[in-house]
Amino acid sequence: MNLHQTAVEREFGTQVTVKINGGDFTVDEGDTILTACTQAGIDTPTICYAENLTPVNACRVCVVEVEGNRTLVPSCSRPVEEAMVISTDSDRVKHSRKMVLEFLGTANDLSEAPQINEWSTEYGVDITRYAEGAERFDQPVKIQDNLYIRDYDKCVLCYKCVDACGEEAQFTFAIAMSGRGFDNRISTEFDVALPESACVYCGNCIAVCPTNALQFKTEFDLRQENNWREEEQTVTQTVCSYCGVGCNLELHVQDNQIVKVTSPADHEVTNGMLCIKGRFGWKYV
Amino acid sequence: MADLHLTIDNSTDAERISVDAVLAPDARVVIHESERLVRGGMARKNDRRHLLLPALHALQADIGWISAGGLNYISDVLQVPPAEAYGVATFYELFRTEDPGHSDSTVHVCMDTSCHIAGAEAFAQALEADGKQVHRGPCLGQCERAPAQFVQGRGAADSVPADADNIASPGAFLSIQRAAGDTGGLRLLANVGVVDPTSLVSYREHGGYVALEKALSMGGQAVIDEVRLAGLTGRGGAGFPTAIKWQGVADEQGRPKHVIANADESEPGTFKDRTLMENDPFALIEGLTIAGVSVGAENGWIYIRGEYPLATTRLTNAIEQARTAGLLGVDVMGSGFDFDIVLHTSAGRYICGEETALLNALEGKRANPRAKPPFPQVSGLWGKPTIVNNVETLCNLPGILAHGVGYRLVGTERSPGTRLFCLSGHVANPGVYEVPQGTTLGEMIEIAGGATGSTRAILMGGAAGSFIDADQLDMPLTGEDTRERGTTLGSGVITLFDDTVDFVLLLTRITEFFKSESCGQCVPCRVGTTRQHEVIVEMGVRGSLSEERNTLIDDMALAMADASICGLGHTAAGAVQSAIRLGLIGSAL
Repeated sequence: MNLHQTAVEREFGTQVTVKINGGDFTVDEGDTILTACTQAGIDTPTICYAENLTPVNACRVCVVEVEGNRTLVPSCSRPVEEAMVISTDSDRVKHSRKMVLEFLGTANDLSEAPQINEWSTEYGVDITRYAEGAERFDQPVKIQDNLYIRDYDKCVLCYKCVDACGEEAQFTFAIAMSGRGFDNRISTEFDVALPESACVYCGNCIAVCPTNALQFKTEFDLRQENNWREEEQTVTQTVCSYCGVGCNLELHVQDNQIVKVTSPADHEVTNGMLCIKGRFGWKYV
Repeated sequence: MADLHLTIDNSTDAERISVDAVLAPDARVVIHESERLVRGGMARKNDRRHLLLPALHALQADIGWISAGGLNYISDVLQVPPAEAYGVATFYELFRTEDPGHSDSTVHVCMDTSCHIAGAEAFAQALEADGKQVHRGPCLGQCERAPAQFVQGRGAADSVPADADNIASPGAFLSIQRAAGDTGGLRLLANVGVVDPTSLVSYREHGGYVALEKALSMGGQAVIDEVRLAGLTGRGGAGFPTAIKWQGVADEQGRPKHVIANADESEPGTFKDRTLMENDPFALIEGLTIAGVSVGAENGWIYIRGEYPLATTRLTNAIEQARTAGLLGVDVMGSGFDFDIVLHTSAGRYICGEETALLNALEGKRANPRAKPPFPQVSGLWGKPTIVNNVETLCNLPGILAHGVGYRLVGTERSPGTRLFCLSGHVANPGVYEVPQGTTLGEMIEIAGGATGSTRAILMGGAAGSFIDADQLDMPLTGEDTRERGTTLGSGVITLFDDTVDFVLLLTRITEFFKSESCGQCVPCRVGTTRQHEVIVEMGVRGSLSEERNTLIDDMALAMADASICGLGHTAAGAVQSAIRLGLIGSAL
């Protein structure tokens, strides 16, 4: 796909030309390499990136090679520059992406992260080749109320929930990164239970979680019963009726019951974020 | 009260008194009923956030740990969300968030490289047998005194027992190995054992502050040009040309600007900055002031590691004396420039020495490195143009301004001037030495009294560096020459290991160091350093590395070097890979 024709038709902003995998592409100045790659029709794996959050470039699975840079660079956060020469399919890029996926596979339970598993297959991940007794990210599932569960075996420390809880959306700051190194954990202060913390149960942390470490209790219970049938679920779009803001809701329905509520990340009112009423206030339905 | 949510845990009188003692009355955030933290309060919250670390230090020192109630009090006073404050408290080596169950001081024992081979574990056990509360931890920056200890006081000041002689006779502390032979005299160490480090008068009697006066009369750009001509490069490890860094900040329009002395010396094997700060603290103050007035910065910071109590005392005293004498503060030396320095104490974390991690640490956040670009010169402390320079780099400035082009008379064309080296391990006289750049490794070791025993390998650049064979003694000690031979100078670390060393145990410790010092932010480093350590531990059990494990080590090393955010991950495999290459580990016994 040649972006050149479509790009020059744009009306606003300065544009720059970059080379991606040998082809020339013209993109808006200020765009990230990831955006440029997407426009160029190149799929890039991402885990900690979300379109409605500021990139933290922590997972490093989106790295690309940029000529003149000693190390690989995270495509999710690095802005394009004029005449940048980018490679997304070099051996170095493939190697680092594979290793990141492999590392996560050795540390975490990725059983409910199908997208990550697809990439792991694509990049040839082998999690069996590590030393015996490799330390894993083990923690018991935290069930402290009737709305959320937190299964940190699945947590890849992508910071999305922390940012959604904090300055990126909710400004509640109930959870933050704690600890150090491999023992880093998402936690409330002194790991107090959520109901004792600042948590307001907006569920925005669940909405951004890429590995299902954070789940609706409804989903968790159905999964425990072996009765979570995502493929059979219908999604109904509606507008939240609690106040006049006009948040779009997506009601996920299974067996005539609402099992999960989300909002589109690209919705101009919500950016994917909701409050407790929109997220959980549907028991009367 | 704003909408900050705190748990029900109450602080004690002792905790409140402790925190209040370190926070100025105006540090307390007052948020009015009508104000929401989200807008009005947020700016002020960030404004005071850098006081979080001093407040946590106060609780740790006075109470012995940081309780839920104590944390609540700090969170309330500074309006920092308690979950974030907890995240910061749990980030540092010197902070405890669980009741230790005793009221004794804690003796930190270094377990790294030089101390490791000097019997650190036996030393720790002996202290324990003596009834001491021992914490085994990373390098304490006293490698010449291996095995090293640092006493974290409880209701008493922190101390290092080995500092006693220096404290007793500060003006004549000569036991540092300072001589560079007949190689053109000392510059960086010239004042050590000559100038009384507690006296500004003594410093000025020996030529102190002549350089700052000169800098002020020359003007900032002329100073930067002088530094460029001198060819000064960073002494922290990366070796970046100092003048280029400075020019970047001088050309920035953003205000205020900051200059920071990186005194978080934590690379195993490094203790040169401690030596400078303890014995010539005014040189750092003067150097930092020169940097500040040259780039037009109003604010100077020294971020010093928490395990350097004597250096902290001496610097605090030096700052006060300089301020009283009009060498800091409003209208420095009558020049019209305002410049002052704040000393900020870390709490034990190798990663804080990474310049962008240091910025976050100063701001009171978890010291995670930031993505670059933007570089600190453009967006540094609180998003403002910022210089971060190593202590030794800054201490070069008075000499450069005093000598002018004479600075280049020693050293090599590409690496002019002198440089400090930290020799430790199996060498006759461990210590800090100043020699012209380009001195060979063999000459350097001879100056330090020669190797003891039969040298099996030399670790260049510390844990983040690499091992070389003892047949590299002809290697000139410059950045470019070491690079050419596939190794590094790093922060001037030269650690010798004789043929009695169990390298499997040594590498087990080095990999453990990286595992526990990784900030954990990015996947390649967080998991990579852990998996690397596990492979080395497994090798210790099996006795050798299989072909498959060798491949795995290389695969992990490449990903850590390529995809990690910062230098910690980039260099975390260097020691392991070089040790395998040299046959120190890996082959069957």
